[in-house]
Amino acid sequence: MKVRSQIGMVLNLDKCIGCHTCSITCKNVWTSREGVEYAWFNNVETKPGIGYPKEWENQDKWNGGWERKSNGDIQPRIGGKYRVLASIFANPDMPEIDDYYEPFDYDYQHLHTAPVVEHQPTARPRSVITGKRMEKIEWGPNWEEILGTEFEKRSKDKNFDNMQKNMYGEFENTFMMYLPRLCEHCLNPACVASCPSGAIYKREEDGIVLIDQEKCRGWRMCISGCPYKKIYYNWKSGKSEKCIFCYPRIEAGMPTVCSETCVGRIRYLGVLLYDADKIKEVASTASETDLYEKQLEVFLDPFDPAVIEQARKDGVADSVIQAAQKSPVYKMAMDWKLALPLHPEYRTLPMVWYIPALSPIQSAVEAGTLGKAGVIPDVKSLRIPVKYLANLLTAGDEAPVVTALERMLAMRAYKRAENVEGVEDLEVLEQAGLTKKQADEMYRYLAIANYEDRYVIPSGHREMNVPEAYGEKSGCGFTFGNGCSDGQNGVNMFGGKKISQRNVIKTVQVED
Amino acid sequence: MSNFNFFLFGIYPFIALSVFFIGCWIRYDREPYSWKADSSQLLDQKGFWVASNMFHIGIIFILGGHFVGLLTPESIYHHFISSPDKQLLAMVSGGFFGVICLIGLVMLIKRRLNNPRVRATSRRSDIVVLFMLLIQLVLGLLTIVASMGHLDGSVMILLATWTQSIATFQGVQAAEAIESVNFIYKLHILVGLTLIMIFPFTRLVHVISVPVKYFARSYQLVRQR
Repeated sequence: MKVRSQIGMVLNLDKCIGCHTCSITCKNVWTSREGVEYAWFNNVETKPGIGYPKEWENQDKWNGGWERKSNGDIQPRIGGKYRVLASIFANPDMPEIDDYYEPFDYDYQHLHTAPVVEHQPTARPRSVITGKRMEKIEWGPNWEEILGTEFEKRSKDKNFDNMQKNMYGEFENTFMMYLPRLCEHCLNPACVASCPSGAIYKREEDGIVLIDQEKCRGWRMCISGCPYKKIYYNWKSGKSEKCIFCYPRIEAGMPTVCSETCVGRIRYLGVLLYDADKIKEVASTASETDLYEKQLEVFLDPFDPAVIEQARKDGVADSVIQAAQKSPVYKMAMDWKLALPLHPEYRTLPMVWYIPALSPIQSAVEAGTLGKAGVIPDVKSLRIPVKYLANLLTAGDEAPVVTALERMLAMRAYKRAENVEGVEDLEVLEQAGLTKKQADEMYRYLAIANYEDRYVIPSGHREMNVPEAYGEKSGCGFTFGNGCSDGQNGVNMFGGKKISQRNVIKTVQVED
Repeated sequence: MSNFNFFLFGIYPFIALSVFFIGCWIRYDREPYSWKADSSQLLDQKGFWVASNMFHIGIIFILGGHFVGLLTPESIYHHFISSPDKQLLAMVSGGFFGVICLIGLVMLIKRRLNNPRVRATSRRSDIVVLFMLLIQLVLGLLTIVASMGHLDGSVMILLATWTQSIATFQGVQAAEAIESVNFIYKLHILVGLTLIMIFPFTRLVHVISVPVKYFARSYQLVRQR
């Protein structure tokens, strides 16, 4: 057993109102620079839809994620190491800028300078790559917003696989949900595996996956490797960039910008302890539908004395273990089994999980056809098909989705009985396999969603990074590019000392 | 031997190589963020797969051929192949890959100049490098025509002597060896040396970063604090 810790995220899709505040605040902070205007570390898509970049979930087209070979081993779906290197001259699995969208800005100044004319002047779009006029905007990070574009096109959504999808194009049966997406900070990241330069890495202490900008050579294989298409090529700098999980904030014990600014309080951040030795075995699980259950086996119980002992041995700080014990992510993923991974079939073992959305059963009630499974309404009569959610979150296995939805319904029914009728309806909880304590906690975390409950983030122990922390004092802060970075090897060809560090003056005790 | 000839073929090579090594060193050490392949594939992919692969495969074989062909001493390769045969081999394989490279290069130049997105994001050095490579490649292919006039391998031996003299820091000997060869070879060498000299200041630096270490490493990389 090798214990590592990771800051995981859960998004409660049941409460997402699709306001895009997360996307906007993220963009303002991280990707408003030239070269990544088109890149959204966080974007919110309306499902069903093909998303951004177009058809990102269609791995027959993009070859993202991992594939399991006949000998039981796994390798990136873009190919083994020879195939990856053979593709660096021209990557055959790479989206073009038009699959995202050509970044643009508007000619706002024209509104000020236009002469007096019959019609009101307009600010027309202009490409920020070429500077040329764009007559038509073709795509964007939320192009299918609230079921925009025709069903014919949206129905290419891979989550419709094995479904009779045509009926969902009819007005009476149409359904939608929001899906906020960001880098999954996977346990078995395919981007790391496909980077020829070895520039992408996972941090041991918090699991954040980062790209070393000085080591990245722009070979572009990570863009294909990532099945979520959450690595973006900066066309200005020639390097790849990705969501950094706001690591400067996480290190300071603060939630990511997308989480902090979420008005719906749908995001949760917490520590998960996991067994790093099991990753490969779990990711190689034979059946795709078993991957969700198997991934749960990687996570370790933070109350287990054996786990705590091993965690300490492996250098996990006590504050991190304590945070893991209070982790909302652990509760939702492990205790209540509400949160599910996004597309576990990619075998990346993603660490941003989703609580499936409930949806209206009104039409079924009105038609008098509402099925009841015991005291809980039958989740099969929810407007969003369970199969669709299962294709999204559990590789098509409906059982875990049904459990999650039933538990959420049960918690609501229980609280309604308590508040409206003044009775304690334990029967409904029993049916969903919940205890009263669990239901009360679920209510607290899901409905009240206090800030302190949503974000349990131990501050990063950066002081452990250096043997002499004082030497780093007043050194360099965050840098972008060369600045006062310490480079690769600490060598300075002109003979000076490293400029990011000061020499600590050794003091000796003088004896009398 | 004229002083001019001595400067061009006995001294200029060392200037070019010095700029190359020191320039690369400084750039790698001081400007690691600028060290990259600088791909424009994201902006336009039409015909890119064919063009880029033809260009790269062609030029890699040509460069490999130059290294092996010019730096292998006569005393060694004579055990395997005679000089006239070696010249013929160089002409045929060089010609073959040269044409592949040329087709790819012309396609890439056309793309860089005509595609509005690629053009707008090009630096001047990107375009300069492409045209210098084109000139160099055409000159190289012309030397094949020149070589047809003397199939005995004698000129090839002079060129190899020049290369090996440079590699062993014997400038006078190098300049003497090269003095009598056709003008076209000399021009090819001068453009080549100039390319080597401007190498550290262009996107060509990505050539050094061939990610061979990828084969040796495990798929997952975890950095400790």
